[in-house]
Amino acid sequence: MSEEQLIFKRSKALTDAYFHYCPGCTHGIAHRLIAEVIEEMDIQDKTIGVCPVGCSVLAYNYFDVDIHEASHGRAPAVATGIRRTLPQDRYVFTYQGDGDLASIGMAEIVHAANRGEKITVVFINNAIYGMTGGQMAPTTLPGMRTTTSPYGRDTALCGHPIRMCELLNTLVEPVFVARGAVTTPKYINRAKKLLRQAFELQHTGFTFVELLSTCPTGWGLTPENSVAWLERNMVPFFPLSVFREPAAMPAAATKYAPDLKVKDDAKA
Amino acid sequence: MATAQRLLMKGTEAIAEAAIRAGCRHFFGYPITPQNEIPEYMSKRLPQVGGVYLQAESEVSASNMLYGAGGSGVRVMTSSSSPGIALMAEGFSYLCGSEIPAVVVNIMRGGPGLGDIQPSQGDYAMCTKGFGHGDKHAIVLAPSTVQEAVDLMALAFDLADQYRNPCVVMGDGLIGQMMEPVTFPEAPVKVYDKPWAATGKPPTRKHNIINSLYLDPEELERHVYHLFEKYERMRADEQRHETFMLDDAPPVVICAYGTMARIAKTAIRELRKTGVKIGLFRPITAWPFPVEALSGVVQSTKVFLAVEMSMGQMIEDVRMVVGRDRPVKFFGRPGGVIPTVEEIIHQVKLLSN
Amino acid sequence: MASEDVVMAGFGGQGLMAIGKILAKAAMQEGRHVTWLPSYGPEMRGGTANCVVIIDDDAIGSPVVKEPRAAIVMNKQSIDKFEPTVKKGGLLIVNKSLIDRKAARSDLRVIYVDANAIAENEGSGKSANMVALGAYVGAVKTTTPKAVEHAIAENFKDKRGSVGDINVRAFLRGLEIGSAAK
Repeated sequence: MSEEQLIFKRSKALTDAYFHYCPGCTHGIAHRLIAEVIEEMDIQDKTIGVCPVGCSVLAYNYFDVDIHEASHGRAPAVATGIRRTLPQDRYVFTYQGDGDLASIGMAEIVHAANRGEKITVVFINNAIYGMTGGQMAPTTLPGMRTTTSPYGRDTALCGHPIRMCELLNTLVEPVFVARGAVTTPKYINRAKKLLRQAFELQHTGFTFVELLSTCPTGWGLTPENSVAWLERNMVPFFPLSVFREPAAMPAAATKYAPDLKVKDDAKA
Repeated sequence: MATAQRLLMKGTEAIAEAAIRAGCRHFFGYPITPQNEIPEYMSKRLPQVGGVYLQAESEVSASNMLYGAGGSGVRVMTSSSSPGIALMAEGFSYLCGSEIPAVVVNIMRGGPGLGDIQPSQGDYAMCTKGFGHGDKHAIVLAPSTVQEAVDLMALAFDLADQYRNPCVVMGDGLIGQMMEPVTFPEAPVKVYDKPWAATGKPPTRKHNIINSLYLDPEELERHVYHLFEKYERMRADEQRHETFMLDDAPPVVICAYGTMARIAKTAIRELRKTGVKIGLFRPITAWPFPVEALSGVVQSTKVFLAVEMSMGQMIEDVRMVVGRDRPVKFFGRPGGVIPTVEEIIHQVKLLSN
Repeated sequence: MASEDVVMAGFGGQGLMAIGKILAKAAMQEGRHVTWLPSYGPEMRGGTANCVVIIDDDAIGSPVVKEPRAAIVMNKQSIDKFEPTVKKGGLLIVNKSLIDRKAARSDLRVIYVDANAIAENEGSGKSANMVALGAYVGAVKTTTPKAVEHAIAENFKDKRGSVGDINVRAFLRGLEIGSAAK
């Protein structure tokens, strides 16, 4: 008798479609972690996803939940429309890359966070535009070569990379802001915990999980070297940390009470 | 006469109230003159009826909130004015491509660019021919009184749900800012089944995907064919128009819509008093343009005069129907200047000479 | 009943929009067709504001009037702007509290009203607009004074204290002047 032991299986919150991602790309890991959290929390029937424009544009084929495909950068706006419409027991998440979220969609992410939209935003930061062929992203590191920064990112020309967690952490409303990575078993386990925390806190406010990811194709490195490159170059600039959690909400949130009274008479 | 039920309301406020009475409980928008009373009214009234008013960070964002809410299966609307509508075009195209119902109110102002804030009809082409990128259409309703704006709002929500397509109510600053008596219809809200909505997937069905991406060109082609079958049904069933003083087949027919049409009516009454035989053809649906009805008028008409608060945009649709058989003359003023009754009378007299 | 149209103009804050709405509402409640059209935009912020009210037995076409049959002018800028536009033989209500000149035209029926002083007497200078409205209604005699009075009371029903009463009294004082004027 052969003794088969099931040690790993596809999450029920994923469809049986094959991922189209490049070999060594970490999107697949991020997808699986989200799906596992949905499955473990038993919220598949209550979850609505929003996909971006970028490499994960087809993610609606992979997550076995009701799902919207948003235009470039607007996933937080679409998620707002969903959140403000459906019953409060639903879980709404967006899945966005760095060009989508930190460039064209900067207004949407900042304002969704600032309104305290009760959603979870999963931010995949691989420091490059993958789908369009490896162009410079808002998170591309100084000196990093891309197809539109062939001499390396010139900070005098286009500034430094944007640290989204740190930026959003200046706002009052978010309840959870954290950065993880999906390149090593240790990181992956931690990333899943962050995602789980975010989903669990979602009904209390805006939650944001950034995941440092690799793009071997865009970076021109082997998958193995990509993991090492991320560790050497991205982690120092984008520190892995929990920036905001319920225990560390800014005091300003409750202290500021303006005494201004604007328009206290209804119009005649 | 049931005068007690008549209310004196601004066009913008009447539009907002009509939307609420049509079952709209969600509004996403961004302030812009001359339609600010719509979001203001919604921000006050929607919370009272268990709805949600949300001021977006931009018009781009508002139209995408519309997409998320519409995809969740609720009646949702936004309103804006010309430059804001241009920014919303992204979301509109996605609504069309993903077949999501929503109602969009455009209270037009003078352009191009920042232009001014006075009444204009300069967005006819943008609403009927543009409305975002790609092959698609939206039904465009053009009210000419505040009462008609109220009536068309209810129709807009029904048409949007019926066809799973955005529907535009295209007014101008004058319709928006003017007050007129209105009566709200008592008709019950029609409820449409929306099994396609992304509301959370029960184990009994496949996941619903709200999407406009079809990477395989032949698949996209099939999808666009499907959309156009729908647009053909709109063309067949939804053309709406009004005629005024056309019963005696006058040789001169003015074509005008919205505010311009009501100003033309006054001019026509004045001209009739002096013995000039003249009437009005007024499109109520700017898209689908009332081709059939206008065709029926061509035979008996010697000359058409298109009158618009623009340099002439609707006139292209009029010319398309009338062809080369009859002259189609134009009078209009751009920039937010409203052509007067006197000017229209003068133009008609020039035609007769 | 005859149709009428009137431009009401003054500083933003003088309540011209409000009396236009009150007149339109009164006429509506008498079963007539009405339109009220404001000027809008930056000019409303402290500058001059005006509105046009049209009242008719038939459906109203153009809500814009190039040559109004009447004008209520509450400040200097307004008389300068609108006196020349009034139709020949038309009516001009001039707030002489704030306008230190006579009408330039001799082909108009002109009624001078010391609107601010009269309103002050009745309890608040803010009600000068009601005095002017009263003078207009009294002179034109198409919309019944009772209907207007009712619309004023309704307009102020949510306000505290005697604001509504003061406005009605100011209106009635203006009405006397308008009715008596030739």
